[in-house]
Amino acid sequence: MTKLLASREALLMVAIAFLLAIIAWRFPAFVVPSNLLAVFNDTSPLILLAIGQMIVILTKCIDLSVAANLALTGMVVSLINIAAPGLPVIFIVLIAVGFGTLLGMFNGILVWKLAIPPIVVTLGTMTIFRGIIFLLTEGKWVNSHEMSDSFKSVPRADLLGLPILSWIAIATVILFTIVMTRTSLGRAFYAAGGNPHAATYAGINVGKTQFWAFTISGAIAGLTGYLWVSRFAVAYVDVAAGFELTVVAACVIGGVSIMGGIGTVFGALLGALFLGIIANALPVVNISPFSQMAISGGAIIIAVIVNAQANRTPGRIILKKAEHAT
Amino acid sequence: MSTSDVPILSLEKVTKTFPGVRALSEVSIDLYPGKVTALVGENGAGKSTVVKTLTGIYKPDGGEIRIDGVAVQFPTPQSAENAGVTAIHQETVLFDELSVAENIFLGHAPKGRFGLIDTRAMQRGAQEILDGLGVKIDPSTILKELGTANKHLVAISRALSVDARVVIMDEPTAALSHAEIEELYELVDGLKAQGKAILFISHKFDEIFRIADNFTVFRDGQMVGDGAIADVTEAELVKMMVGRDVNQIFPERDRNLGEEVLSVEGYDHPTEFADIGFSLKRGEILGFYGLVGAGRSEFMQALFGTTKPSAGTVRVDWAEVTICSPADAVSHGIVYVPEDRGKQGAIVDLPIFQNVTLPSLKQTSRRGFLKLAEEFKLAREYTERLDLRAASLDTNVGSLSGGNQQKVVIAKWLATEPKVIILDEPTKGIDIGSKAAVHEFMAELAAQGLAVIMVSSEIPEIVGMSDRVIIMREGRIAAELDRHDISPEVLVSHAAGIMEATA
Repeated sequence: MTKLLASREALLMVAIAFLLAIIAWRFPAFVVPSNLLAVFNDTSPLILLAIGQMIVILTKCIDLSVAANLALTGMVVSLINIAAPGLPVIFIVLIAVGFGTLLGMFNGILVWKLAIPPIVVTLGTMTIFRGIIFLLTEGKWVNSHEMSDSFKSVPRADLLGLPILSWIAIATVILFTIVMTRTSLGRAFYAAGGNPHAATYAGINVGKTQFWAFTISGAIAGLTGYLWVSRFAVAYVDVAAGFELTVVAACVIGGVSIMGGIGTVFGALLGALFLGIIANALPVVNISPFSQMAISGGAIIIAVIVNAQANRTPGRIILKKAEHAT
Repeated sequence: MSTSDVPILSLEKVTKTFPGVRALSEVSIDLYPGKVTALVGENGAGKSTVVKTLTGIYKPDGGEIRIDGVAVQFPTPQSAENAGVTAIHQETVLFDELSVAENIFLGHAPKGRFGLIDTRAMQRGAQEILDGLGVKIDPSTILKELGTANKHLVAISRALSVDARVVIMDEPTAALSHAEIEELYELVDGLKAQGKAILFISHKFDEIFRIADNFTVFRDGQMVGDGAIADVTEAELVKMMVGRDVNQIFPERDRNLGEEVLSVEGYDHPTEFADIGFSLKRGEILGFYGLVGAGRSEFMQALFGTTKPSAGTVRVDWAEVTICSPADAVSHGIVYVPEDRGKQGAIVDLPIFQNVTLPSLKQTSRRGFLKLAEEFKLAREYTERLDLRAASLDTNVGSLSGGNQQKVVIAKWLATEPKVIILDEPTKGIDIGSKAAVHEFMAELAAQGLAVIMVSSEIPEIVGMSDRVIIMREGRIAAELDRHDISPEVLVSHAAGIMEATA
């Protein structure tokens, strides 16, 4: 573990520090704590989704439907809020998580039981989910004034100096760090993606493990769906359109191997923060959004190259003297 | 054309080495026009390496390939094809979605104006070749609609379409039925009549004696004999194949058999094996021998629950059990150490201790939460027992040597405290020293009362280690031998299906 930290996550932390240093040199106000917390808060949805996506990618799958799931769940809870403005927000949150879970399970069942390639399944469900939003609303928006105040206030509510949204991201990071490192299920995700054959022989049902990965990803996407529409106080068909690619990018930058089996929650967090900092900092230092896209793209490619280098082991330990050197 | 005494193609002292292995050591073969030369040898004797050398896939490290007496080199498969050497491979390498004609002419299709493929000429050419073989296949048929035998004929047509002079057939009958094999014989006779030199690789002695004119025997990458088939008997061929100096030392074991622990009855699979039944006692090492593709691994996978048999019962400690998944097998005390440890054994991106505890997570966790201290304890205990050399249990398995990876895989299964351990080719691809360690360890397991099933293609290993041997041929049990009846000759005879040589 420590070695992995040394190679991948630590490298990314250095890169983030370097990025912040450059920004600070051009625009010192960016790195004051209050602004950094604002950046963290702004990046929280990406962090949440990246954690779910990380787990899916770990099992050699991909979930392209996360942003569509987010939009559909967001719309569903918005409509419920309009229909029943008095419903306590806690129920809204539970409905969002539950509904997102169902959507994720739908992906998972198709991958597990019908053995359809995940990229095809989620490409399909991505379109279906957005289509359903259109069917529900006929393309109409749900605007701020239609939402109840309590519905809108939760993600912004302040708790010990941080908005709830940030706290949810932090709690999710902690929860899934524990799940991934300290539970049998977490171990199964790594095993199923690292070597499906060996995992099968060890008595792990690879398809079922992938199903759980999609389920978790769906649950997180559902939760993020509520947080997103309530924070921006608007829900419509194209909410977070294309965001699934940003999520995948965050994972890749965070050292998650697209081939499965390698990745950590901490890495996904750092990958998301890296993109979040770029997105928030470049406008203030007067770099156009188009260069911003190019810079994000460049970061992805560099990350892939760095990870490919890191994965190239320096050689097997065959020499006796090498065994006893750390 | 007629037969002559001048070889079309000859290998002269060809040597090929891979890191750590000498696959071919100064082998010489002569192929004469109008003659079929049979290449005989055990699994791993170097037959496939010869095919790959002749077809330009491998480049020899020493020696010469000569065509009509002139030394040539085949830097690419294309150059071998241009020189008139063509191979029909064990598994036909054809394209299911293309038509028969396209398959036959892939890579050398007749070109029309503007360098485009002249489809009509291609159809015509394909039809001519198929007619020449006396085969009734429409060249425009899509290949996937043909049966195995017809696909083979297409492969042969493809070989002929390049105007081959030397045709290599690598176990061409492996997937054919009896009637189809007869047709293949006729075809080979036809090729002989056209003056082509044929190198025929087969495990099956009846085929060799039916079709070959000459033979060459390989053993451990060396040529150990050749001559005319008319001058040799099956028994002599078998002797040449296996007659090695047994210089490997196997651990001495006291045979101390306990209660019956496993019994299998009437295991059937629709396509892979039929009617497999045997019993196994504590402390016993049961060898499973057979040629590659005899169905040994397939049966073991069914026993372990990765595939489903269509019929059969398994009893563990006299109690009937149902095994539907590897998890079931592990919980009943049956574990499987697969042949391909890279693909099926270890998870290289996970550290040693996580690999070791993977099938035992139920013991090292509570309500789904892992207890890392217990994991380390378990992993340390079993890796120490195997004398695994690694800096720390945190090391990723991918950075270990092959022998140590094997140990991790074995430790993983021992940690589940099994009753029956199935070792599939336990010493394949590891060095002599590690082999001895694995053998010793196997003996130790048996001494501790574990029942061991050892699937192996290595005759010395089978002879040296087994208390009993079951020999499989074509998906069925061909023979069951007690330790005193095991000899290399008998093993090969049963595996290849020659009964006369049993004496």
